[in-house]
Amino acid sequence: LLSFLPERSNLAGVRHILLVLSGKGGVGKSTISTELALSLRHSGKKVGILDVDLCGPSIPRMFRVQDNDVHQCDSGWVPVFVDQDKSISLMSIGFLLEKPDDAVVWRGPKKNALIKQFVADVAWGDLDFLIVDTPPGTSDEHISAVEALRPYKPLGAILVTTPQAVSVGDVRRELTFCKKTGLRVLGIVENMSGFVCPHCSECTNIFSKGGGEELAKHAGVPFLGCVPLDPQLSQSLEEGRDFIQEFPKSSAFPALAHIAQQILDGTSQRSS
Amino acid sequence: DCPGTSSAQAGRAAACQGCPNQRFCAAGAAAPDPAEAAELRERLRSVKHTILVLSGKGGVGKSTFSALLAHGLAADEAKQVALLDIDICGPSIPKMMGLEGEQVHQSGSGWSPVYVEENLGVMSVGFLLSSPDDAVIWRGPKKNGLIKQFLRDVDWGEIDYLIVDTPPGTSDEHLSIVQYLGAMHIDGAVIITTPQEVSLQDVRKEINFCHKVKLPVIGVVENMSGFICPKCKNESQIFPPTTGGAEKMCQNLNVSLLGKVPLDPQIGKSCDKGQSFLSEAPESPAASSYRNIIQKIQEYCDQHHFHEEKII
Repeated sequence: LLSFLPERSNLAGVRHILLVLSGKGGVGKSTISTELALSLRHSGKKVGILDVDLCGPSIPRMFRVQDNDVHQCDSGWVPVFVDQDKSISLMSIGFLLEKPDDAVVWRGPKKNALIKQFVADVAWGDLDFLIVDTPPGTSDEHISAVEALRPYKPLGAILVTTPQAVSVGDVRRELTFCKKTGLRVLGIVENMSGFVCPHCSECTNIFSKGGGEELAKHAGVPFLGCVPLDPQLSQSLEEGRDFIQEFPKSSAFPALAHIAQQILDGTSQRSS
Repeated sequence: DCPGTSSAQAGRAAACQGCPNQRFCAAGAAAPDPAEAAELRERLRSVKHTILVLSGKGGVGKSTFSALLAHGLAADEAKQVALLDIDICGPSIPKMMGLEGEQVHQSGSGWSPVYVEENLGVMSVGFLLSSPDDAVIWRGPKKNGLIKQFLRDVDWGEIDYLIVDTPPGTSDEHLSIVQYLGAMHIDGAVIITTPQEVSLQDVRKEINFCHKVKLPVIGVVENMSGFICPKCKNESQIFPPTTGGAEKMCQNLNVSLLGKVPLDPQIGKSCDKGQSFLSEAPESPAASSYRNIIQKIQEYCDQHHFHEEKII
């Protein structure tokens, strides 16, 4: 693994790095990572997503590039561009698997080795934002990613939860992880927060309501907003479509656009 | 000859010298010692049936299902049920079983499980943490060590059903539990998914993991399968089965579909309160689905007998 040290680090052209975390699985980390990237692109930014979920890599399919291959260049791996624009680029183990159903059955040390490579050896070029999507938990992937990214001073982490107590309970532990590793918490997103029936507009709180907002208050971190359950959003992700472009009238759109705006506002404050 | 990247010899066999992946594979070492594993299985000789609850995907309802399976099986007071939560980073079981804040007690014969009912005992790392904010920030080998302790040091007693709830993925926890318990000594795995492809793509990997380690698949449960609006009674597919849902996947992979469970806000509420959804909303269609599935699992186990004389 002693790679030839490039003259310029592969992350030197990346202006802001942010991680998307949750103690809990299935709350929408990859969804939020994807929608944030799409929103930032629509604001004219160049965005990369580094998917360090080695067992369940969701990102490629969310951009309809799951069949793409990864190529090498002098400085390492070339990330996969989502379209001709080259405004969104991705790296995921999903691109390295021979067959999509192949299970990556690796213990920690082997996962750590690949994550270090993902951080150091992807030739991102110039990016406004690098979003690091993570698996649930506080284990090898998280420890290794944070350690490897530390020299590049990440902006911080967005924590995603669903409203109910069982999720919030895990996300509290993730907050502790951030504290212990010195990772700034940019804010908490409460996802799957209510469902508005498309037939009669009745709102049902399928996964309860308010837990994410309460946690943010309790922990003294910014609350980035509630994102409702939206079948159009789920459908969009299934088909790898640009939800932000195609469904601006959808119920989840305002919340997702607002999250991106707060991130942008945060970065412009930082540089001024 | 390559010993295989997930074999205990990966990276260390003679054939590995010079292979470009050698360092990768060698870094993946630290599989359980066979002698230790044998000792653990001896300790668990009095467990009649072991069921693993798995999913490649997070947040599909593994813990919810494990908790309900435990309650469902323990409804027969003559049966002794144990629920082991090996999700070390995100232990949901204590809350779901109404046992938050409980601590583990030690006795001469080992750690005592925390009992919900006389015939339903639970173990989780959650009981070892003193605060709900405590994070378990451990790498793989340390997690494996705790799982080993759970198997070796907990005084489970005679158990009819051991249910093991797992975190999402196919990593340390999953490899360890299969290697410690021995695939032959596990009745099988129940695999949980939700209908959409984002979940199925991970779940197929989990099914492949089961095949790889020779773990029988009892069947698949499709959770969050549709939502019926309580007001207008129309159904919405919040997590749309764009590629045919679990049904198609099960057909393709030749595994059994145990059932589909619709979304019901009461499920989450019951979990948050630490109550059994089956008791709180027995008339709900979701409760009926769960009960059918539990019965199928029970029938499956009844057909699989493990004789104590079985040679390892």
